[in-house]
Amino acid sequence: MPHKFIFMESQKQQSVSEWSHTASEAGGKNVNEMAEKYAHIKDWGIDADPDNDPTYPIKQWNGNDYLRLNYKRPVQQPLTIEKLHSNERPSVSAVFGNAVPPSGMSGMLRRYAFRFSEGRWAHWLTLLLADRVNMVEGIADDIRIGYFPNIFKERGWNAEWKYNQKGVIKTVAIATGFAAVAILLLTRGRKKYSY
Amino acid sequence: MHAMNYRGPFRVRLDRNKPEPEILHPQDAIIRVTRTCICGSDLHLYHGLVPDTRVGTTFGHEFTGIVEEVGAAVHNLKPGDHVMVPFNIACGICPFCSQQLYGNCHESNSEATAVGGIFGYSHTAGGYDGGQAEYVRVPYADVGPVKIPEWMDADDAVMLTDVVPTGYQAAEMAGIRKGDTVVVFGAGPIGIMAARCAWLFGAGRVIIIDQLDYRLEFAREFAQCEAYNFLSIPDVVLFLKKITGIGADVCIDAVGCEASGDLFHTITGRKTLIQAGSPTALEWAINGVKKGGIVSIVGVYGPTANLIPIGNVVNKGLTIRANQASVKRLLPRLIEHVKNGILNPKALITHKLPLEEVSEAYHIFSAKRDNCIKTVMVPNHAA
Repeated sequence: MPHKFIFMESQKQQSVSEWSHTASEAGGKNVNEMAEKYAHIKDWGIDADPDNDPTYPIKQWNGNDYLRLNYKRPVQQPLTIEKLHSNERPSVSAVFGNAVPPSGMSGMLRRYAFRFSEGRWAHWLTLLLADRVNMVEGIADDIRIGYFPNIFKERGWNAEWKYNQKGVIKTVAIATGFAAVAILLLTRGRKKYSY
Repeated sequence: MHAMNYRGPFRVRLDRNKPEPEILHPQDAIIRVTRTCICGSDLHLYHGLVPDTRVGTTFGHEFTGIVEEVGAAVHNLKPGDHVMVPFNIACGICPFCSQQLYGNCHESNSEATAVGGIFGYSHTAGGYDGGQAEYVRVPYADVGPVKIPEWMDADDAVMLTDVVPTGYQAAEMAGIRKGDTVVVFGAGPIGIMAARCAWLFGAGRVIIIDQLDYRLEFAREFAQCEAYNFLSIPDVVLFLKKITGIGADVCIDAVGCEASGDLFHTITGRKTLIQAGSPTALEWAINGVKKGGIVSIVGVYGPTANLIPIGNVVNKGLTIRANQASVKRLLPRLIEHVKNGILNPKALITHKLPLEEVSEAYHIFSAKRDNCIKTVMVPNHAA
């Protein structure tokens, strides 16, 4: 992706104006300020008990949830790669991983997936599909640079042979049997139609 | 540098030429890894169950290492410090971190709001390369990493980055009262640690359920608990009702999305991914706990949906507590427990291999070969 485009996207991502309309009303208010806000509601909050937070004592309650998105963010990591972000947040997080930027067909699928929110199957199932496409891309990329992946080694079959020889022999025997039957059936079929 | 390289489901290899990580943010540090574990939840990635697991990623969220370089805004660490690094990446100042919910940071994961950043745990958890490598980038280095005390064994330290805090928090979230009967599903490292920690909270009876006899035997010794193999039990929930009378006071799910024991869940969850993994253990927990009981979940599930008996949660008035462990919050207490000999985490380590044998290490752990409970890898340059 062109660097200029990323920069523009970055600027766009940092704007929370579309997000903070409702958040800013509550943002920054502590519990006392909220009591003022809801003073017109008789007995508002009289039975509230912070200790009754279901996450208590795992969460050290301090009311900062009411800051919503209006807290002081950490310094932003420069956005020098294409970084997809959930549409349930206004921008990329202050720091982010740069392991494998989206690319190729799987990247196109991932970009499409991120149009959907995290609650949608279309988001996650498209990502799973992208992962499988990415696996094929990985093999193609290896071969393109002249490296033929040793799939037996990658699957750790050395260890399987070391610790489960009987199982390996059994698996190979069963697979060979199935292959032999399949070849036999296919061969018979060809003879039948060769007349 | 040498690093683990994911190539697709059940395929990983050692990458010998991965570029070394760089400082990308003023609060970053670069760590030279000294110990790195394979976690049970890494197997969900390895098996291709976690969406947005990209080919070329390096896994690994349990690691210790020596600080090589720090960013301009890092003040608590300096090169040469030997640190344990919590698996959560946490900014320390967002509304969630400021309430010690370090597993729920809002400034470390762009790709999903449902989870904070985690090292080497797919792009769904932020897209960070992990610690199964010689070097790793550690963001927010003043927040997460903790210096390893001189008296502490490096093998104990690496277990404090995930296994011990997650097991401890599983018991903590269970709200155990003195005398409670606690049932732990899963005798993996986390489940065994949860069973051990349940006693620390005053449990009166601890029961662990799994399908592997060697793990149950280990759990029986390590956690001094009752251990049962569900393969020899026709109906697990009925069995629990019978041995507890009204159901367990507390059930802990330390299995997550790759549970066995129910053909329907196995086919729809593990084989076809129609649901987000197989929730067999969670179903047993919900059905096996008493009315008004507590279900604590630390098992990892996918982000889509699972078929669980939510009607029974309502009808039984259950409390469900769950989260990724807040490692940083728990570390001071757990370091004390290790120092005083109350917890002995390194006893869980059954296999120690060089990083160069990463393919074999994953297979041994995944296929449960050689009575494997916990695998630690040591990079060449660790010493």
